[in-house]
Amino acid sequence: MVTGWFVGDGEDFRLLGTRCSACVSVFFPREDTHCRNPGCRGGDLQEVPLSRRGRVWSYTDSRYRPPSPYVTDPELPWEPYALIAVELESERIVVLGQAVPGVTVADLTVGMEVEVVPGVLGEDAETTWTTWRWRPTGVA
Amino acid sequence: MTAEVAVLGAGMHPWGKWGRGFVEYGVKAARAALADAGVDWRDVGSIVGADTVRGGYPGYVAGATFARALGWQGARVASVYAACASGAQAINTARAQILAGLADVVLVVGADAAPKGFFRPAGGDRPDDPDWLRFRVLGATNPTYFGLYARRRMAVHGDTHEDFAQVKVKNAAMGALNPNARYRKRVTAEEVAASAVVADPLRLLDICATSDGGAALVLSSMEFARRHGAAEPVRIRAVSTVTPRYPNTVLDLPDIATDSAAGAEPSAESFRASIARAAYEEAGIGPEDLSLAEVYDLSTALELQWYEDLGLCGDGEGAKLLREGVTAPGGRIPVNPSGGLASFGEAVPAQAIAQVCEVTWQLRGQAGDRQIPDARVAVTANQGLFGHGSAVVAVR
Repeated sequence: MVTGWFVGDGEDFRLLGTRCSACVSVFFPREDTHCRNPGCRGGDLQEVPLSRRGRVWSYTDSRYRPPSPYVTDPELPWEPYALIAVELESERIVVLGQAVPGVTVADLTVGMEVEVVPGVLGEDAETTWTTWRWRPTGVA
Repeated sequence: MTAEVAVLGAGMHPWGKWGRGFVEYGVKAARAALADAGVDWRDVGSIVGADTVRGGYPGYVAGATFARALGWQGARVASVYAACASGAQAINTARAQILAGLADVVLVVGADAAPKGFFRPAGGDRPDDPDWLRFRVLGATNPTYFGLYARRRMAVHGDTHEDFAQVKVKNAAMGALNPNARYRKRVTAEEVAASAVVADPLRLLDICATSDGGAALVLSSMEFARRHGAAEPVRIRAVSTVTPRYPNTVLDLPDIATDSAAGAEPSAESFRASIARAAYEEAGIGPEDLSLAEVYDLSTALELQWYEDLGLCGDGEGAKLLREGVTAPGGRIPVNPSGGLASFGEAVPAQAIAQVCEVTWQLRGQAGDRQIPDARVAVTANQGLFGHGSAVVAVR
């Protein structure tokens, strides 16, 4: 579906962005064509892993089944999941992602520390679609 | 400050779920606007359509589609797509043609037949489209973004569920007086609180519906208006269509992440605030001059954000302004006297035009039971997906 957005397993799992060698702007999802900073003369865009941890900027959830192209099984009852927008301090960027299964909005507060972990978005007979998820730190 | 154009006519097709095509809504609105202006369609020199992408191919050629339905008469034609800002960009296109001397009278039309439920991107596998990606990868619907902004306001400014509900109560009370609104029933805070949560902390009655609807304007040069016998028409004095500035550090539809502020310092001014400032600067007015405002209340919480971005109050003071009744009818600066999206729902290409219809009627003193007394200056504001600013200043 999308390639080069994350890499690694377990503790080594990281989101991947790109960074401009001239102005150090970071892009996620990755920007491989040109730096989007209008004040930058334009440098090489190099792949960089993003910080594993950040702070919750805000959060919400999806109480109703999202429409296609989100893939769900209409035969199964809808299970709401939380979405978390996370501010990464060193990159000064906010990245949205799903919370790990089992973490609800009741478990979250703005400013709380979370970390990125691998997850599975969905699977069929041929493919398993992997993704990233945010998990409050200190939660197994 | 730029020169002004006259609003000779305004018209709408009522909002609702009517089950018909967008062309029918647009033509009804266009005929109403032409009748209001007292202008024959054959005397219109240019037509600008605000596109719908959900009508399929005909939607992408909205200007010509409406012109064909009204009867081909050889007018100059343009079609504009800027998501929720399509209507404002259509108005701006018409204005630019008039000020450039390319046309004396321009018909602007926007209409849509919206699908039920969540908006969704066009079909197919399109990973180069950020709108497709946020649905496919995150299942992030429009209401989830509204939920993020609402929760952020609660955390940073101390807004409450009750504050949000009071926006709906206010707008529903005005919508109940508007024959063009889809929802014409007053709503209580208890009813908001009893409605189902859609995207925490927002409930069904905090979020605008998708709707069918149409809106149209007849714009002209001031000179044509005088010749036409409209000595003191409502005038459009500014149209703001600005983009954000890099780095845009507030997570926004349909993006999965913000720009990074690591390589450039963000402006102290938010994107939405810059939309309003550009309109004020072009019009040579400030928020203190306003009689009323029509803002894009996609959610109740977002209306409070607009109070701050329009400069009606300081940062974080939106809920306080609401509680003091400043933005209610009878207050210093009533907001959404039409009833807003809370009462209309979204008919995307029509809504920014409908905002200008409402302020036109308010500035003429023709808004009936919802009239704001002695309205002289009005602003409309919204924001289109993918970074399209939209605000219009109209005066009498």
